[in-house]
Amino acid sequence: MEDDDNGSSPGWLKAVMRRLGRNWQVLAAASAALLALDLHLGGNGLAAAGAVAFVLAVAVLFPGKRGEHVAMQRSEGLAPDIDTLPAIHLAAAVQDPLYIFNRGGEVVYANAAAAAAFGPIAPGVSLQLKFRAPEMHDFIARVLAGGDEPSATDYAERVPIERVYRVSAMPIGEGTGLFVLLFKDQSEARRIDRMRADFIANASHELRTPLASVAGFIETLRGPARDDPKARENFLQIMQNQTARMARLIDDLLSLSRLEIRPYVTPSEKVDMRLLLKGVGDSLAHLARESGVTIAFELPETPLEVAGDRDELVQVFENLVENACKYGSAGGRVVISAEDAGPGAEKTVTVTDFGPGIAEEHIPRITERFYRVDVETSRAQKGTGLGLSIVKHILTRHGARLSIKSRVGEGSSFTVHFPPAR
Amino acid sequence: MQSQHIMRSFDEELRLLTNQIGGMGGYAERMVEQAVAALVSGDAALAKKVIEDDAFLDEKEREIGEKAVVIIAKRQPMAADLREIVGAIRISGDLERIGDLGKNIAKRVVAVTEARQPTRLFRGLSALSDLALTQLKEVLDAYASHSADKISFVRDRDEEIDAMYTSLFRELLTYMMEDPRNITACTHLVFCAKNIERIGDHATNIAETVYHIVTGTVLPPERPKEDKSHKVVAPTQQEN
Repeated sequence: MEDDDNGSSPGWLKAVMRRLGRNWQVLAAASAALLALDLHLGGNGLAAAGAVAFVLAVAVLFPGKRGEHVAMQRSEGLAPDIDTLPAIHLAAAVQDPLYIFNRGGEVVYANAAAAAAFGPIAPGVSLQLKFRAPEMHDFIARVLAGGDEPSATDYAERVPIERVYRVSAMPIGEGTGLFVLLFKDQSEARRIDRMRADFIANASHELRTPLASVAGFIETLRGPARDDPKARENFLQIMQNQTARMARLIDDLLSLSRLEIRPYVTPSEKVDMRLLLKGVGDSLAHLARESGVTIAFELPETPLEVAGDRDELVQVFENLVENACKYGSAGGRVVISAEDAGPGAEKTVTVTDFGPGIAEEHIPRITERFYRVDVETSRAQKGTGLGLSIVKHILTRHGARLSIKSRVGEGSSFTVHFPPAR
Repeated sequence: MQSQHIMRSFDEELRLLTNQIGGMGGYAERMVEQAVAALVSGDAALAKKVIEDDAFLDEKEREIGEKAVVIIAKRQPMAADLREIVGAIRISGDLERIGDLGKNIAKRVVAVTEARQPTRLFRGLSALSDLALTQLKEVLDAYASHSADKISFVRDRDEEIDAMYTSLFRELLTYMMEDPRNITACTHLVFCAKNIERIGDHATNIAETVYHIVTGTVLPPERPKEDKSHKVVAPTQQEN
């Protein structure tokens, strides 16, 4: 108790002194003026003294309020008031695609995840136009018609990449007329199922031929060719080739399946294509030498940056350059060129060979799985029929596209078009 | 798109009209997707569902047509509004045709899958339908956002579809020559492929309509058609 008194009273006095001190000139002038006025009007100064006392009292009390105000502001800066947090900040912080729309079904706000997943959408665009699948269309109509309970539906997209979402919608607040639409990515489970089915179908189909051939040779080795060392050596060589082919096939199938299972995210890493292409050229130098091909570069002086996943892009260009070396070896050279047509335009990388070229009717088909222009050449070059499917798959994930130009007898060029930076 | 009219109800009517196009578009996309899925997996039940779904699109087209006429009569719209309404009529016509083509594919499912066909017959077809569906989706997305930015790519893709169709035609022809027992299935598949190619053409038509709605001008004249299947003949001898 004593401590309290001793401590608080000088503190209180100090505060009063400080407050008076802060405005002392104004206060002194006002007191003098009041005194002069009172005396001039014929008073005895008492009224003036009273007025001065009143002004001082106000001066002492008033700054207190200002101090309080400052203190309140400070505490807001530390812990923002949840009641006044704008909905937009919350929506922007959500990592899943989220739309806010009004009673008319028009988009009011789309967060960054939504733009990344479904492309940019201008405010005012009708949601029912953007998400047209019949069940989504009905779902949005149901939400707009007003059902206050939260509801959900499934939304599936097949092209350009298979995706499945669980979509839920809720009105925001009371009487705001706004609704929120939230997408939860469920594609992974679906993709795993599909991958399993595809893998088994592809693997069993493609492995059957080499397996049958190995089984046939084993039978021959145990039967008629039992005592024929020359034939045995020959057969074992064939069997080794066939098993190597099966191993490659499984590698490629696995690599494709791994790609398919990865979630669909737009890559954000910046990759300098010049360095990447040089690296690819180096790693394939021995293959080029074996095939009797020289690799030449035609790259721009300035860095050519694209948004992408470095490892996946390496895989793309390794495949393209490898193909060019193998199938275009007759031309003796392979040119890797890159072009940046400036901001807002596509960036392109082209791998050109000068080999026999590809006949027109095959060009649209060669990125299909197991499509081979010429089965014999492909087998001889240890191709699995999956290389370009892998390339195409990766590029689709990057929002990029592959264009193929070829003339029979003159060579082929494979151009990757990267979308302009957003 | 967001220009406001003095009469709010006009905005409301326009929005309802375009939303219905969205609904039709979603239905058409789904029908084509399911028809091809039914064909590839030999699913007769799914095919039957697609055939039944077509009635919905016919109904919707009629509805949109009537609604558009009422709006024109009542509001006498000009310029952008008129383009919007006439565009809606045209797009609904294209979408209805796409539904018919999807239905036609579904109708052939039973004939094609009566005897189990090797998967290689379908591989090209599902790739072709993926291309056409991507095209349709891009076009309808452009309609949704009223942007003409991506329209020019649509034509490139149409070229791709045509090239793919020509190649598929050739491939199916070879299968028929290899084994006459393939002829029934392959003939039906050629028609299916042609239908998908036609879907691509309708998507291109829609793209042109969208371009007209958004900009008020027509897309520069089309380049010569790239579908070369009319020139394909069965090779009479093995070429080297």
